[in-house]
Amino acid sequence: MPHDVPMKSPAPALAPREIPHTVSPGLWTLAWRRLRNDYVGMVSLAIVGAFIVLMILSATGLIAGDWSREVGTNYAPPSFIGADVEGGTPAAPAAAPTAPPPASEYKTSIVDPIGDVIAELKGEKAAPAVPGAAPGAEEKSVDPLADVMADIKAGKGVKGETAPAEVRAATLPFGGDKWGRDVLKKTIKGSETSIFVGIMSAIVATILGTVFGALAGYYGKWVDDAFNWFYSVFSSIPYLLLVLAVAAVLQQKGMLTIILILGLTGWTGVFRLIRAEYLKHKAREYVQAADAIGASNARRMFIHIFPNVSHVVLVQLSILTVGFIKAEVILSFLGFGVPVDVVSWGSMLNEAQNELILGKWWQLVAATVAMATLVTAFSLFTDALRDALDPKLKGRHGH
Amino acid sequence: MSGYIARRIWQMIPTMMGVVLLVFVLFNTVGGDPAYVLAGKISNQEQIDNIRRQLGVDQPYYVQLWIFVKQIVSADFGASWSTNEKVSHILATRLGPSLTVLVPLLILDTLFSIGLALAVAYVRGSLTDRMVMIVCTVGLSISILVYIIVFQYFFAYKLGWFPVQGWGDSFAENLFRYAPLPILIGLAVSIAPSLRLYRTFVLDEINQDYVRTARAKGVSENRIMWIHVLRNASIPIITNLMATLPGLLLGHFLIERFFSIPGIGREVILAVERSDFPVIKAITVYVAFATIATNLLADLTYKAVDPRVQLK
Repeated sequence: MPHDVPMKSPAPALAPREIPHTVSPGLWTLAWRRLRNDYVGMVSLAIVGAFIVLMILSATGLIAGDWSREVGTNYAPPSFIGADVEGGTPAAPAAAPTAPPPASEYKTSIVDPIGDVIAELKGEKAAPAVPGAAPGAEEKSVDPLADVMADIKAGKGVKGETAPAEVRAATLPFGGDKWGRDVLKKTIKGSETSIFVGIMSAIVATILGTVFGALAGYYGKWVDDAFNWFYSVFSSIPYLLLVLAVAAVLQQKGMLTIILILGLTGWTGVFRLIRAEYLKHKAREYVQAADAIGASNARRMFIHIFPNVSHVVLVQLSILTVGFIKAEVILSFLGFGVPVDVVSWGSMLNEAQNELILGKWWQLVAATVAMATLVTAFSLFTDALRDALDPKLKGRHGH
Repeated sequence: MSGYIARRIWQMIPTMMGVVLLVFVLFNTVGGDPAYVLAGKISNQEQIDNIRRQLGVDQPYYVQLWIFVKQIVSADFGASWSTNEKVSHILATRLGPSLTVLVPLLILDTLFSIGLALAVAYVRGSLTDRMVMIVCTVGLSISILVYIIVFQYFFAYKLGWFPVQGWGDSFAENLFRYAPLPILIGLAVSIAPSLRLYRTFVLDEINQDYVRTARAKGVSENRIMWIHVLRNASIPIITNLMATLPGLLLGHFLIERFFSIPGIGREVILAVERSDFPVIKAITVYVAFATIATNLLADLTYKAVDPRVQLK
């Protein structure tokens, strides 16, 4: 084992100097230490962790369980000011009409014209020409919304507490979709789907690739030939074409289907690497020693060799997860992925495509930002993980 | 050399047979009786029976497989289940539009990526290098869908610089009127990964002894980068280019779909949407064959650009 590590061994009771018996740190301890010193790696790990926590919370229904509730008006624009209207608390909007918030509080420039328009409408309703001259003139989608918003606010001011509990908010902090569902909650729910599909299919593909690679590399001879043939067949069909062909054949849609499609077609990269590792390891002394003490083939393969190649597996797992999250988004976008009643980043982008023409950019931005953040963090984390687990490679790849 | 090629072609046969078998298993056994798929598309029972007879659905599997092999060899997959167009005609007419977009895209992508890779690798470790790499990483993590949606919206819909979508009949019109925006999007998507990869190839070379020797004897930095380093780095670059070639044919199916370019990629999507099995089968098999062939071509190019490589 390498001893070039600074001797800041975690054991504080290093006092008995007469016995220089220190357990040298294992592969994982060393890797963790290297990873901990990698600032970028730790930050991306935290982001990935946050996304996974979000996914679990969402899957258990603790957050975003009510994402499909139509809490806002159709295409409610994003605004943090409107947040007090959300949830339909009758007390807050009752106060709003008397004292409209100053324009300086509006955060984004696109929301800004609405503030002016509202003020105009509130002050003198008999001036319909003024909104047209407002700075929001070029943003033609804003005007009708402003009217709706003013109407709602005015309506609430009149009716006061008679407003029903399910009254729809005019604006939502992150905007609303076509049916007025909260885009933030929808994005969280979509993340749940996309990340879950990505991770599960990566696990399926990694297990397949590892088992095939282990068998091929360990047994060699005709087993190796057979698996190599299998590999060359799968890898000679471009990946997305294979995925689409399988999607065409499997008519039923569902999470399980897409996980299987991605998992069953994506194992080739793992196979190649794991096979090479097993070829290298099977002739090593420790495997011969295992043979000498009578370890069975399966035991040698998975108890003795596997821990020594598991870092390759882990890195491949995270590379595949990123790839599959992207693939899921594309498949769901095309409508070959998750069913229509399940929201994913792909289905959000599909809706956003038409919304953008109408000037409703927020769903596109929400899905894009969520996905870009996760995928960037995951890629950087993968790089850091690879550096940590195999320091010899450092600097040899893009990072 | 010719012995090597002959041996490689001989070795390709099992793989090709495997591809045929995989596609066959997928469509003829997993896919089930085509009558179920056809029932929703064709009301004429006689026509369905005709298609089933052509595919030999009621015959044993080996007969069906033989029919499939004959279809592949004669390039006659019958007619599309949806449009009744001959599959061979579909393939022949869809290849042109795909290549009209892909060839310029590939050339521009390669030139830009190599130039940038040399520049960035030369200042490796500097702020510029790091910034470019960060931009690449972030750029890579944004879905291609977003690039297409946003670019199409801004450049075509909002600014009106390009047509929103469409495809004409004349080659020049297609290339200069309809293809530029798809090519631009393709570049935005593909430069980041190519640049990252080529940068590592250049970095592998830039620390070699021959670079130091060249510097020691006073060769200009430009000459070192563009002549000495580039020639050596081009070996993995060419291999990589060749290897990605067939995948590219489909890689930009999303672009073709958004811009209504009647190419191979769009055809695949349409076929999957319509469960048009003959079209998918034909495209899958032929693209796989093309991949196998280009793999051989890649190895031969490898040998051609690097005489040190020994082909076994």
